[in-house]
Amino acid sequence: MNGVFDLAGTDGIGPVIVPEHEPVFRAAWEKAVFPMFAMCFRAGFFGVDEFRHGIELIDPAVYLKSPYYEHWVHTVEHFGEKLGKLDMAELDRRTAHYLAKPEAPLPQHQDDPELLAFVEAVVPVGATAKRESDKAARFKVGDIVRVDRSAPKGHTRRARYIRGAVGEVVLAHGTFIYPDTAGNGLGEHPEHVYTVRFTNEELWGAEHAEPNGSVCFDVWDPYIELAGPAAANAEGAVA
Amino acid sequence: MSAKIRTQEEIAARVKALESMLIEQGVMTTQAIDRMVEIYEHEVGPQLGAKVVAKAWSDPEFKARLVEDASEACKELGISGLQGEDMFVVENTDDVHNIIVCTLCSCYPWPVLGLPPNWYKDPQYRAAITREPRKVLSDSFDFTVPESVEVRVWDSSSEMRYWVLPQRPAGTDGWSEERLAELVTRDSMIGVGPVAQVAS
Repeated sequence: MNGVFDLAGTDGIGPVIVPEHEPVFRAAWEKAVFPMFAMCFRAGFFGVDEFRHGIELIDPAVYLKSPYYEHWVHTVEHFGEKLGKLDMAELDRRTAHYLAKPEAPLPQHQDDPELLAFVEAVVPVGATAKRESDKAARFKVGDIVRVDRSAPKGHTRRARYIRGAVGEVVLAHGTFIYPDTAGNGLGEHPEHVYTVRFTNEELWGAEHAEPNGSVCFDVWDPYIELAGPAAANAEGAVA
Repeated sequence: MSAKIRTQEEIAARVKALESMLIEQGVMTTQAIDRMVEIYEHEVGPQLGAKVVAKAWSDPEFKARLVEDASEACKELGISGLQGEDMFVVENTDDVHNIIVCTLCSCYPWPVLGLPPNWYKDPQYRAAITREPRKVLSDSFDFTVPESVEVRVWDSSSEMRYWVLPQRPAGTDGWSEERLAELVTRDSMIGVGPVAQVAS
């Protein structure tokens, strides 16, 4: 989707502010939210692509101004409501309760050895998005390609600043979960992933580009088509 | 859409409410939450990436394996995991300086760098670093890359997690890996800062 989260090249939002020091978590609530990604993933709320899409659907003004981990709260709520795992009226009622009594306790509960074992297992291993596929790669390192102009309304990793741009394939990584299906609840459908390198001049125009620079961006096979000499030869063959 | 910006108190109450419901459903426990926080506050951080860089500086064969397949090479040092399942190291040279970003969200190689600093996840860095990286480095990080060196920005749009292998500084011949690792900063592995200076 053409959302405000797709930030590359956006001007006018101010300088990068780098504090001298900052803690990993800036507030107690951030510590409660961070584990929700892994634990709600385990509980079937979302895959990582859907998790991102839930964040992309946040009101743009809130997205730009809210603290980072609040984005995660929104996506957990989005999928909790959508899947019927969270009663939003009950969530509102409890929010009012804890707003009035911030020190009120959490519900009594037992430790869960399986959940702790999950944490110990998932942190050092993770969950790769790499998938075996017998799909042939349409492109190879060295190919000159153009990113298509397609602008899906659902989840995609087609950032606006690379659409229509021409670059060189510099790495080929094999096949991975395809965000344009997985992020929209349509399954993994693995596709080849490549890194394409674009010059600054190609992305921003010679007049406005910083000299001697480039951007490498990862694309899935359906995002690109051959451009340059190879494409010209192919067209020649058809004619 | 109602664009209400919540206060810290309002967010804290919302989170506690959500947490209470997830606890009752058995999705979370406070014990598991505390363990997850402990790992990323005290165990997984940029000291791990520094160890990898120092070994690559000291051992050419390890460096060759690291550049070929970073995830497999890091496993030799017991370093792997969540949000770094498929890592790729980009090597700084006399001709190319690399920088990483995730313009679409906040992707970052957790197993070697821990959780990202807030500026990395904030809109400002994500907006500007592909468009005017030299200006961002100079204005916000007091770091200059010579114009003769190409600045190459890696935008982590897929699950490949890029991170930077900085150049070994001069004046470190014969240093142990432990001593070399102390020179490697988090910012040098993101590409927005240098490794620590060696006193001459």
